[in-house]
Amino acid sequence: MSHHDHNDENHGVSRRKVLECMTWAGTGVLWTISGGVPRSLGLVDAANAAEPAGMSFLQISDSHVGFDKPANPNALGTLEEAINKINAMPKKPSFMIHTGDISHLSKASEFDDADRIISQAKLDVHYVPGEHDFLDEEIKFYKERYGKGAKGAGWYSFDAGGVHFIGLVNVVDLKAGGLGNLGAEQLEWLENDLKGRSKSTPVVVFAHIPLWTVYPQWGWGTEDGARALEYLKGYGSVTVLNGHIHQVMQKVEGSVTFHTARSTAFPQPAPGAAPSPGPMKVADDKLRSMLGVASINFKMGNQPLAIIDTPLQG
Amino acid sequence: MPFTAFRGLGFAVAAAVVLQLGGAEAHAETVTVSIDNFTFAPTELKVKVGDTVTWTNRDDIPHTVVSAGKFRSKTMDTDGAFSFTFATAGDYKYFCSLHPHMTGMIKVE
Repeated sequence: MSHHDHNDENHGVSRRKVLECMTWAGTGVLWTISGGVPRSLGLVDAANAAEPAGMSFLQISDSHVGFDKPANPNALGTLEEAINKINAMPKKPSFMIHTGDISHLSKASEFDDADRIISQAKLDVHYVPGEHDFLDEEIKFYKERYGKGAKGAGWYSFDAGGVHFIGLVNVVDLKAGGLGNLGAEQLEWLENDLKGRSKSTPVVVFAHIPLWTVYPQWGWGTEDGARALEYLKGYGSVTVLNGHIHQVMQKVEGSVTFHTARSTAFPQPAPGAAPSPGPMKVADDKLRSMLGVASINFKMGNQPLAIIDTPLQG
Repeated sequence: MPFTAFRGLGFAVAAAVVLQLGGAEAHAETVTVSIDNFTFAPTELKVKVGDTVTWTNRDDIPHTVVSAGKFRSKTMDTDGAFSFTFATAGDYKYFCSLHPHMTGMIKVE
């Protein structure tokens, strides 16, 4: 990671520069809110060094509990390693978001195992579902466990630390040949949710599949994601956090910062780098450098967003 | 390795059974589509009315096959399979409801 002037309150840092500050390794992302704007810090090392003031939260994603194939025969074990890393942080984040694919096959036992491990972090967790969480016959396990108080297939919003958080669902009712999908009902809800809200409110949107088009050939994008972003136009700070692609990717467009988190279970190839987006088998000693969590810190002041991911190892 | 008389006999019996089955199924075949690397192979398949198509998932990620209003598999984990017998002629477009960029076609004549 290159260190630019992260803390230059007077001059601020251009978003491009902040991008350069981001590391591409990760266990999870620790996010902090600075100047009412989220910046992410390295989960363990970088985040600890920065000693974030203000509210911070974590992002974990794609736990795939139940996955036992060669790419990682023990996905539950690496999830536990990620949670242990979180527990070792000197400053506890305010809460955690999980951007979906908690389970691999939506089995009750997989959700049980995931809950047993994730609860060890002793943090509130705000979930959105991945397509792997809606595979049970009646599609009820996710909703029973995580969907209480949510609308539709599980979307909702909440406020924390002066930031408006919006959890969206883009893994249901997918159309042949298409990408992720939010649907008319959810978009209408989003429009209403934002109505009357001050444009100076920092907004964090999180969903499983990237809301921006990463690689349509592999379905890495959301058909009507641009419509959601349309409603967020004019807001001074919008941060979009996604999972699904099991690797860190970032993009900044105007006041919108897009970020995808690593999986805690197995890596997937870079777009087009393999015949398919399936689980990527890497050397055993490399695996933990490709799994991770992310941390984000929000600190009141006048700073732009930064994101740092931290791998389980390396 | 020397073949024993017994093994030779066993082989002959097995071959006869296969021939008999082949004869019985001459009018309604079972054709396979494999799901490999997030792709249906073959992507387009021609079969006759009465034929059965069996999809088998060879990926380490679950998939489904769904043809709107026609057929819908349960989630197939690795090595999971789904079969559907086509009783009516027509073009059946289908896709994986988890990975909708995966599409295929069964043409039934």
